[in-house]
Order: sequence, then C-alpha cells, then structure tokens
Amino acid sequence: MTTTPASSVDERLASPHLAYREALAEGVLRYQRCSDCRQTIFPPRVVCPHCGSVALSAERSEGRGEVYSTTVVTQRDQPSYSVCLIDLDEGFRMMSTVTGSPAESVAIGQRVTLAIETGDPARATFVIEGAS
Amino acid sequence: MSADLRGAAAVIGVAESDLGQVEPGVTAVDLAAQASARALSDAGLTTRDVDGLFCVIGGKLMSTLDMGEYLGIRSRYTDSTMIGGSAFVSHLHHAALALAAHACDVALITYGSTARSDSGRGRLSGPAQPEQPNYEVEFGPRSPVSGYALAAARHMHEYGTTREQLAEVAVAARQWAGLNPKAFKREPITVEDVIGRPMISSPFGSLDCCLVTDGGGAAVVVRADRAGDGPKPPVYLLGAGEAHWHKSISQMPDLTTTATVDSAARAFAMAGLTPTDVDVVELYDAFTINPILFLEDMGFCAKGEGGEFVSGGRIAPGGSLPVNTNGGGLSYCHPGMYGIFTIIEAVRQVRGEASDRQVDNVNVAIAHGNGGQLSSQVTAVLSSRNTLS
Repeated sequence: MTTTPASSVDERLASPHLAYREALAEGVLRYQRCSDCRQTIFPPRVVCPHCGSVALSAERSEGRGEVYSTTVVTQRDQPSYSVCLIDLDEGFRMMSTVTGSPAESVAIGQRVTLAIETGDPARATFVIEGAS
Repeated sequence: MSADLRGAAAVIGVAESDLGQVEPGVTAVDLAAQASARALSDAGLTTRDVDGLFCVIGGKLMSTLDMGEYLGIRSRYTDSTMIGGSAFVSHLHHAALALAAHACDVALITYGSTARSDSGRGRLSGPAQPEQPNYEVEFGPRSPVSGYALAAARHMHEYGTTREQLAEVAVAARQWAGLNPKAFKREPITVEDVIGRPMISSPFGSLDCCLVTDGGGAAVVVRADRAGDGPKPPVYLLGAGEAHWHKSISQMPDLTTTATVDSAARAFAMAGLTPTDVDVVELYDAFTINPILFLEDMGFCAKGEGGEFVSGGRIAPGGSLPVNTNGGGLSYCHPGMYGIFTIIEAVRQVRGEASDRQVDNVNVAIAHGNGGQLSSQVTAVLSSRNTLS
C-alpha cells in the first residue's frame, strides 16, 4: 500500500489517470481512499467526491468482488460478450467484463476475481470465482 | 422562492420540424430553424421578437451561436446547456427563470438533428463516444443501449420485472403512434413481437430501443402577463425541477433509482400538485425500462412496481394513465435528444389539439427529459389556466 501525501498549495498535479494506467500495466488494480473521510474513490481523481478533501491515498485492490449487473452484447459475426458492473469488496464499483465463461452464464450476485488482461492498454477484466 | 416561479411563464408556441428521414442535404440547423419558424408562427410571433435563445443542435458545440446567426437573432440571454436529452426541459426551466428576472422577454427553445441521415442506417449501433479519460469504453458497452440494459437487468433481478412487462411499454407506445400521423413506426406490434427480436444488449432486443430518426422541435416561452396575447391558449409552467447524480452508468449509485426522485419532487413541490393530479405523462422513453423507472421515481407507483404498473394497457390509449401519447421515442420520433418532444406533446394535450390521440379533459401534463446514461433528469409540470390558481 502506497500513500500519497496531501497536496500543498504549490504542488503540481500528477495525472491520477496515468497513475492508474501505469499500475494496471504492472498488474495492480488501483483505487483511492480519502485520508480525511476514509471513503473509497473510483475512478481516480484529485478531489474526494464525498467530502471535498484533496488528501487521497492510492490503494491496491485485492481484486475480489461481486457482479452488480450484467448485459450480454450481441455481435453479428463475432462471439457475444458480457459487459458488467463489478462491486469490489473494498467498496468501489467499476465497469468490466467477465471472461472465461459464456457471456450468458454471468449472473448478478456471482463472486468474481480480477484477471488483468495484459496488452496495450491493459484491462482489468474478471473471471468467475473458482473457475479454472 | 420557488413559489415565485409557479405559473410565472407559459409556453405559447410549439412545433416539430420535418421528422423521420429528411431530404438529402438538409442539416440539423435547417431543421431547428424550420421548427423555430413554425413554433413562432404558432405563438403569433416572428424571429424579430425573440431575445432569449436556448438550444442544442446535433453536432454543434456552440449551438446558440449557430442558431442566432442563422435566424438573425441577437439574443440578450443565451443558454447552450447540453445535458443530453434532458437539455430542453432544462431550457424550459432556465427560460422561466430568465423571463422572471426580465433578462429576456421572448424565449425560443430549439433543437435539430439529422441522426438518421448521418448514420445511413437508422440503427442504434454506433461506437461509444470515447471521451478521455474513460473507464468504460474499453469493455465494449454498446452506447447508449448497454447502460440502460444494465439498469433493466438490475431492476429485473431486484423486483422480478419481466421482459413481458418491458415489452408492454413498447406495445403501448406503438398503439399511441398508430393514432399519430407523424409517427415513424405505426404498424401494431405485440408483446411476442418485442420479445422475439434478437438481443442487442440483453435484456433488450431492437423493439426495446428507441428509433433513430431525423427531426427537430421548438417551443416559445413568455411571461404569464403577456401569454394571453397569442392565438393559442397558453400552457403554464407550474413547476420544474432538475437533478443529476452521475454521468457514467458505472457511477450511478443505485441502478434502479434515478435522480428523477429529486427532479420530480422539486417540480411537484413548486406546482403544489402530486401525481394524482396528473392527466398525461410525456417522458423520455429511450428504452423500455425508462418509463418504468421514471413512473416509479415520480411517485405514480411504488419502487419495484413499475413493471406491473405499465402492464395491461394502463399507459396505452384508453388506459388510466396515458403515457407518451405521441408514440414516444420508441415509435414516433427520436433524433438523439428527445426531450423537446415531451414539451411539444404536453402542450398539445393541454391545449386539446392532439386530434385522434387527444386525451379527454387534460389540465395537467408532465414533460420529463432524461440525459446521458439515466444521468440527468428534468421534470416540468405544465397546465391549463384551470389549474393556475
């Protein structure tokens, strides 16, 4: 777990988006936590949407969560795929896709595990928990 | 403060442009201009009378500048607020505020789009617009269908809402469209037709999704003290409310509850009315889940009961709560940002000039716009003079 100190008045912004992408490329799903109100934050930003603080720490997600909703996108000449909203156990929600299982078999409430897809850019995809 | 705005402004002119598939080369600005000229004529005014301009035009980032130049309007109040399909109901609210402050005297709200001609296909299958940074587009949601599909899937999971109930929304819209000569799709459909279509983004097939058409619309708004000068009965803005809680669907706090709970509460509070006072509801039905969510969130039924509520013809012609009496975005017209058409149809119903689809004794009508991915919600309560005092 790394911690970013609160910005001073003169400090120049480092891109929260690039920090997220760079971590993902190294196999880490990052989210943020507000050092003042302790709430989790995603996607990355520079001001806490819960309390307005600028003291945000970067945190590493354990990558375990639950399918909050899912839709199967049908394509004419290619396999269909799932587009899901995943609720991570740390308390943030992100869009993703569940791979390694037929898109139609992905269900709301299923437990899922992070399976970062390398590539340019890397993608934070998920697989159904316990699936080999 | 809100009591000051109740009934302070009135819509005195409305019109659509050509709809459906327009002639080759006709632009979005042409359509907005055509609708504007027609709406001003409906109000007994001309472009020379307009001093407040409110618009969003397909493909334009500075819409009021485009329309001001094109129409020769040197407005002293200008508002290009772009919050998707909710923009125009928002413009109606903003126009009432500007008129009340005497920042302008005659407000013109207008919209035009050639979405169908531009796509050449008329299907909702375009790529997601990759605004950067973006934390969704890499997962391939079909925009805008998949965001609404995720909400529908969650509503089905939590409340047992069925595909048949979603289909009832599309069937009712088509029944209304059958009564509207301007509607794009008028041939009757059944629940089985809707469910039988191939999936686009589950649980939606093509008939769960709005049309892609060309089209434009316009409305003219003035202060109540001069609303009686026009040729048509004024339709008063009794209440208006706006709300947005998120932009991206992944950041919507609860996919089964929209910010309509706030926008509608604000609009009803200003109007001093409740859902039981409403005679017709014109709302943005981009997808079949929308009316279910919005009717729940406005308080026409309890959360989770929307699927049951829209079934059995309740919102169809002859039903107890007529919804989208023009056929809606599902069957009448949907150029991409439908909100202006909720105002136009609400005004026509209150005036009693909706011909075959006219609902009896309409005094109070809702116009409700939705923008983004169930993101921005704006509600307006419109009424005849009967409900004013």
